[in-house]
Amino acid sequence: MTDIALGRALRLKTSLLDQSSRTRKRNFAEKRFELYGMAAVAFGLLALVVLLTTILGNGLSSFRQTFVTLQIELPQAKLDKSGTGDLEAIKKVSTFGYAPLIDTALEQTMAQLGITIDGLSAKQAAGIISKEAPAKLRDAVIANPALIGTVHEFRLLANGRIDGYYKGAVTMVSATRDANVSPELLILADALKAAGLLATSLNPGFITDSDASDQRPEAAGLGVAILGSLYMMMIVLVLALPIGVAASIYLEEFAPKNRWTDVIEVNISNLAAVPSIVFGILGLAIFINFAGLPQSAPIVGGLVLTLMTLPTIIIATRASLKSVPPSIRDAALGVGASKMQAVFHHVLPLAAPGILTGTIIGLAQALGETAPLLLIGMVAFVKEFPGAPPEGFFDPASALPVQIFNWTQRADPAFVERASGAIIVLLVFLIAMNTVAVLLRRRFERRW
Amino acid sequence: MPFVKLSVSAIALAAVSATAAVARDQVQVAGSSTVLPYATIVAEAFGENFDFPTPVIESGGSSAGLKKFCEGTGENTIDIANSSRPIRENEIKACASAGVTDIIEVRFGYDGIVFASDINGNSFAFTPEDWYRALAAEVVVDGALQTNTVTSWDQVNPELPAQPIAAFIPGTKHGTREVFEEQVIFAGCENSGALQAMQDAGIDEDTAEGKCMAIRTDGVSVDIDGDYTETLARIDSNKNGIGVFGLSFYENNTDKLQVATMGGVTPSTETVSSGEYPVSRPLFFYIKKAHIGVIPGLKEYAEFFVADEIAGPDGPLAEYGLVSDPELSDTQTMIADEQVISPAG
Repeated sequence: MTDIALGRALRLKTSLLDQSSRTRKRNFAEKRFELYGMAAVAFGLLALVVLLTTILGNGLSSFRQTFVTLQIELPQAKLDKSGTGDLEAIKKVSTFGYAPLIDTALEQTMAQLGITIDGLSAKQAAGIISKEAPAKLRDAVIANPALIGTVHEFRLLANGRIDGYYKGAVTMVSATRDANVSPELLILADALKAAGLLATSLNPGFITDSDASDQRPEAAGLGVAILGSLYMMMIVLVLALPIGVAASIYLEEFAPKNRWTDVIEVNISNLAAVPSIVFGILGLAIFINFAGLPQSAPIVGGLVLTLMTLPTIIIATRASLKSVPPSIRDAALGVGASKMQAVFHHVLPLAAPGILTGTIIGLAQALGETAPLLLIGMVAFVKEFPGAPPEGFFDPASALPVQIFNWTQRADPAFVERASGAIIVLLVFLIAMNTVAVLLRRRFERRW
Repeated sequence: MPFVKLSVSAIALAAVSATAAVARDQVQVAGSSTVLPYATIVAEAFGENFDFPTPVIESGGSSAGLKKFCEGTGENTIDIANSSRPIRENEIKACASAGVTDIIEVRFGYDGIVFASDINGNSFAFTPEDWYRALAAEVVVDGALQTNTVTSWDQVNPELPAQPIAAFIPGTKHGTREVFEEQVIFAGCENSGALQAMQDAGIDEDTAEGKCMAIRTDGVSVDIDGDYTETLARIDSNKNGIGVFGLSFYENNTDKLQVATMGGVTPSTETVSSGEYPVSRPLFFYIKKAHIGVIPGLKEYAEFFVADEIAGPDGPLAEYGLVSDPELSDTQTMIADEQVISPAG
């Protein structure tokens, strides 16, 4: 048989209903590729689910905290020896003078309720209350000196380990080995809970209070960090948006296309890919060492993040300006508008949704940034709230990602829960910002 | 466009307030991550009890802190450097050349360095010799240096359990590493007679001392550049691991870690302060004298730090794991008199 005859014979055998081996192979390759794609997506989803479950599992409990309610006597003999009610004299009594009052109050409460626990001294029993409590008492007395000489009810934070007991982090078994808590203390906590004096409830302090030292994880909050992040985002928005939009409009609409603008364009794209720590080094050199701005201040953090966000905003803005069709400009120019009028009256409003989306994504990126803040002194223990802006921009503050970084380094295991809680707060902010970006795009974007 | 006007005026406002930057009213501190928890406890109590604002405390390591400290004087430089080792001669010189001449050195207590392993694993009773034999890069065998090949603790010392050697030691940027090398590895080298043996084998003293402190790099010993939480996580995933921790970190994690004895002594604040437990180091902070009287609250903070009710044996620092300094009253008078360290000779 000749080759042609062979080919004819083969062709006669094939049918559309009957797949040839080559077709089957191709179809199988396609199926396989689809499977690879699905596996990739599934892997991504699995990673997300694992991440979210660990964070939520560890962190959700940080929004609840255990409190102890105590009737505390504030004797005049100890708190205001002169008896004059002079605020300066009252301030002389330090928190070390207030701590014994809580010990006594707890002892009395135990006696009233008839709680006796073998092997637990009065001093050890006081370990059930947070070390933050004396400060709270002192603040209350200084704010209202009339409390001296009365018995007042205080709702105090329980120690972090006691709190951990009700959240499952501390057990009777682990308590026997733990130097900071004992099973007797947990029995006391259970007895107080039965008497209704100890309860776990929602803790707004986690959002509003400032950071606390290693000894009192239960009192640590995100207040200063949220405020610091907010101040920085304000600075970034106010600086990066106008500068970025102005630069893009010039480059896109006015600048001649020559070698210089090409060089600038390449540089902007490069800047967007520069590691963020480099901007931190730059910030330290220029804003702190040269310009003499204070360390750890949101103003410096904001300026550094502005530099970091600018390329993102410029690239997004240029893309959305480019997507406005030339016919709009031509029509405006055709009816006698100047170039500036054409840009500001017609092109810019049409590009605005894209610009805003780019800005919000840039801001969200800046919000989660820690590395550049490391070098300008914002990765620090900051307890004091910064003042109101604009002076507050120059006060020391922390930032949300920095606070997470700090808490993961603390020795006390209760900070693990706190760090996860802070991650949840940061994620909520990021999701909110990205949702706004998506909504803006959906609502206002025009397709041509 | 109102937004443009708004942002331009905001920038102008920021620029104006930048030129009239308000005088700094809080103390700024940077330095050792070992000192950080103590410093935050003091800063917190200071902010509660005084009208001064709470000091801002940065960490980042002793060397980084001292470098920042020596950048110069003025409001945008830090006031205090925390350090887990004494300041070095070249650092004093660097300080002096930047105009930081009068430095007050404050030793506020001691920190024990402990060896701990997983709570459910074997118990260990170490001597410095064991650590030297386990981790030295080269050991003397029959008068000649050979690469160290031991892989299990019972090969080092028959009394130790037969458990693979997996050590997590602080990385070289930590002040703790220096103490570990000098007080454990070098001491072990000397006590075991290896130093003498090397010199007998014709190696000169300096080289021999260097060989003593060289740690093997074949994966048996892992440098941890992060902090103690990382070491703890490593032990959690490798139950055979033995980590180097600060005493205070161990005391906050006694439910996960068991501590090894060193030379038969269990580490605790008592045994470290009595000097029975051999591995410990002093903790310091350094004050810029030029800033006293300029930055409000600086001297008060320093005095409060070393006050008996804070750094004394019953204070919150000791409760956290600090071994209090028996000569604390000398330190108190030193701060009151603002005694500076003598300039580099």
